Amino acid sequence: MDYIFQILGPLLDGTAVTLQVFLLTLVLAVPLGLALALVRVSHFRAASTLVSGYIWLMRGTPLMLQMLFIYFALPFVPVIGVRLPDFPAAIVAFTLNYAAYFAEIFRSGIQSVGRGQYEAARVLGLSYGQTMRRIILPQVVKRILPPMSNETITLVKDTSLIYVLAMNDLLRAARGIVQRDFTTMPFVVAAAFYLIMTLVLTWGFLYLEKRHAVYED
Amino acid sequence: MIAARDLRKQFHGVEVLKGVSLDIGKGDVIAVIGPSGSGKSTFLRCLNHLETIDAGDIAIEGETLASTDAAGVCRYVPEAEARRICRKMGMVFQQFNLFPHMTVLQNIIEAPITVKGMSRDAILPKAEELLRKVGLLEKRDAYPSRLSGGQKQRVAIARALAMEPDIMLFDEPTSALDPELTGEVLRTMRQLAEEHMTMLVVTHEMNFARDVSTAVVFMDQGEIIEARPAGEMFSDPRHPRTRCFLEHML
Repeated sequence: MDYIFQILGPLLDGTAVTLQVFLLTLVLAVPLGLALALVRVSHFRAASTLVSGYIWLMRGTPLMLQMLFIYFALPFVPVIGVRLPDFPAAIVAFTLNYAAYFAEIFRSGIQSVGRGQYEAARVLGLSYGQTMRRIILPQVVKRILPPMSNETITLVKDTSLIYVLAMNDLLRAARGIVQRDFTTMPFVVAAAFYLIMTLVLTWGFLYLEKRHAVYED
Repeated sequence: MIAARDLRKQFHGVEVLKGVSLDIGKGDVIAVIGPSGSGKSTFLRCLNHLETIDAGDIAIEGETLASTDAAGVCRYVPEAEARRICRKMGMVFQQFNLFPHMTVLQNIIEAPITVKGMSRDAILPKAEELLRKVGLLEKRDAYPSRLSGGQKQRVAIARALAMEPDIMLFDEPTSALDPELTGEVLRTMRQLAEEHMTMLVVTHEMNFARDVSTAVVFMDQGEIIEARPAGEMFSDPRHPRTRCFLEHML
């Protein structure tokens, strides 16, 4: 028990890093994903195709590769050529990657709302933007809660990939102690930490689902 | 109020409207009847731009919505303009299409607030009056999923009326209802007709067509076969196809 308390400090520091990556990615990737989805379902053919290509690229290559590319290769790309420190590089990679997944979730939600809703809004005089904002998206929120819950839980665990940029997230902190002390106990504690984080998320989403259950489609 | 001239429309090469013309005057209650697939719903949906026509002219209260030039090119007025013109028409759908995430009251006040920019306080008394009129004031805070089909359709009528349209379009408003629930919806529509609302009603309810409407239009295979005062149409259908249809329906 004493040993656990002793390693708690570094593990909590690692958790802080994990949570920062998680929260920042969520806050940035959800709006970006929504914007991508809206372009994807719009009638602007060229923009829609461009977004499809973007999603293909982001879902089709490993997140770790994207992160390494942004950190190591981006400085040498002409025009863009920025050198990002490790934390911002990780955030940019996670946001770009997760926005693609969120976009597909939003798209499926938007497309699951029936045509009748658009028609009803239209005959009442609502513009396309008003229809999206007032009629379609509020219904989309309810429909995408289960897949969003899935994806955000995956995000918590994916944050462990930032170890490739030598950042001390929860898992890397645990591994460091394991290698130092020759005991697997830190892994068990780290697992418990991950489980607590995903449990909080699960509850949060269940609460949201319950709140949206006041109406049925 | 509505002038439709020679409307033509194709769906994937199939002609569903083969030159349909109809004039609707103020206070007219026109029932459009005909077998399914006759193009009557498409005709109605073309009038308020839910479908686009391939050729023909549509004018609502003297304002052009779509027109076709001598070369046969059909043009609509710009989108915002079209939306403004179409706001003169309210519409009720077969499938109700209420907004499921809003209560009955929210369904009704949504468009006046969002589209007309009215304040909640300004529209509330009007919304409650409309709910009282369709007999559903006690359901104001219920979600649509808690209502019967007949109640849903009456809310949909109130929702359309909240925008104060000059014309009401009904697209088979009772076809999705259990037979015992059609009465309450038809009563509400009859009440509207008695208040001299201009109405165009696509329907299979022959009794409504006969008793409430001022004129009946019979459509078949994308054409208007016969359009006459309701009384005449039912007592003395001229065209054999009309006669055949009415014999089956009555």
